Amino acid sequence: MAQPGFPEILFFGDQGYGDEILRGAWMTVQISICAYAIGLLIGLAGAMGKLGGNRKLGRVLEFYTTFVRASPELILILLLYYAGTGLLNGVLASYGYTAVRVSGFAAAVAVLGFMQGAYATEVLRAAIQAIPVGQIDAARAFGMTPWLRFRRIVIPAMLPLAIPGMANLWLIVTKDSSLIAVVGYTELLLATRQAAGNTKLYLLFFSCAAFVYLMITLASNQVFKRVEAYYRRGMPRLG
Amino acid sequence: MVWDWVPEYLPLLLNGLLITIELLVLSVVIGMVLAIPIGLVQALRTPLLGAMARGFCTFIRGTPLLVQIWLLYFGFGSLFPMIPGIRQSFMWPILREGYFYALVALTTSFAGYEGEIMRGALLAVPKGELEAGKAFGMSPWGVLRRIWLPRAFRLALPTLAGETALQLKATPLAATVTVLDLFGVSNKIRQDTYRVYEPLLLVLIVYVVLYFFIIWAFRWYEKRIPQKR
Repeated sequence: MAQPGFPEILFFGDQGYGDEILRGAWMTVQISICAYAIGLLIGLAGAMGKLGGNRKLGRVLEFYTTFVRASPELILILLLYYAGTGLLNGVLASYGYTAVRVSGFAAAVAVLGFMQGAYATEVLRAAIQAIPVGQIDAARAFGMTPWLRFRRIVIPAMLPLAIPGMANLWLIVTKDSSLIAVVGYTELLLATRQAAGNTKLYLLFFSCAAFVYLMITLASNQVFKRVEAYYRRGMPRLG
Repeated sequence: MVWDWVPEYLPLLLNGLLITIELLVLSVVIGMVLAIPIGLVQALRTPLLGAMARGFCTFIRGTPLLVQIWLLYFGFGSLFPMIPGIRQSFMWPILREGYFYALVALTTSFAGYEGEIMRGALLAVPKGELEAGKAFGMSPWGVLRRIWLPRAFRLALPTLAGETALQLKATPLAATVTVLDLFGVSNKIRQDTYRVYEPLLLVLIVYVVLYFFIIWAFRWYEKRIPQKR
């Protein structure tokens, strides 16, 4: 069967690869969102842990953030991807459970989330540290419990300072998710690579992948611009 | 953990380390040279060139480096053999190698990120200093060479350390296009010996050490430049 020409090859259906690429893009977005959410949770816990004053915990967290941020993403992903499943099954086996097959999606999210957590810890720690001490003291003087203080004072006061860094983290995770293609899980980049391999139209399909990533980035920029404007309301203008 | 493969593969690993350092140094130096005009045309607000430079930076910063490398290697790399006579030309040995595409992709990526930084640094140089140069009768070229660029470079230096360290972390991507850099060698060891963790762990530690060396070296260099606070 003859291969369809340029625009038709990107159409949906069994002749074109448009649906495969779109499904890949959706997978990239899903992986990114889940990894980002996990990263922020780890980051928030990590930042509180670092600022909490426990020496031993602080040192462990310092090692975690330093080591992850100093390692090449691709190698760390490979290592965690292989070692992580092995480790999990080792632990399960030692407790007498049978080995599980970790789905590619869960592994990708866990690995990227673990890496994001290190970066998020530093972003959020810096933002929390930038809150004027008086605000925290005032909350304490009012008799707020630590949890209430965290919820009502720390989070709202930190957000405007943290959002530029958090926007950056989101852009990093969408781009880092492409490294999952090397491990062999079909997200946007691997889907386009498969399409390119089948059709031999490498330039077309990789340009297409680049275009989709660019659209994700530009759309995210617009969203974050609005979010930042919302959270910075009432604060002095920058620059 | 089994490490008995290390002596056998040591020469290959050292060679890979050299290739990694070579990729890093070449892409940072050439990328920095490219970043100056990219930043300059944006800072000068030249209409056409400025828009092109901005588009370039947006593309580089908005797409994953892995996509850029594969776009060059598989995409453009598959077009070159179609040019008649290219297999006989002196360029063919270069155009055949993944190394060339990886280097080009790493260089343009660095130029894109650093160009954006240079734009900001050039705009951050106080206007009065440039006007003072002009008042001394310096030509625009003289102002650029003796005041604007050195001052902007000094402002960009702290971020250059971070960008270079980030660039080191990006070099392993070259191994996905057949380059036998440090990471590429670890892949080869994995295929030869069926050891998964040890080679990866070993090269990871080397990368981390290199990372901190870069940070330390830049800090040392920064201290050598006198600065009024």
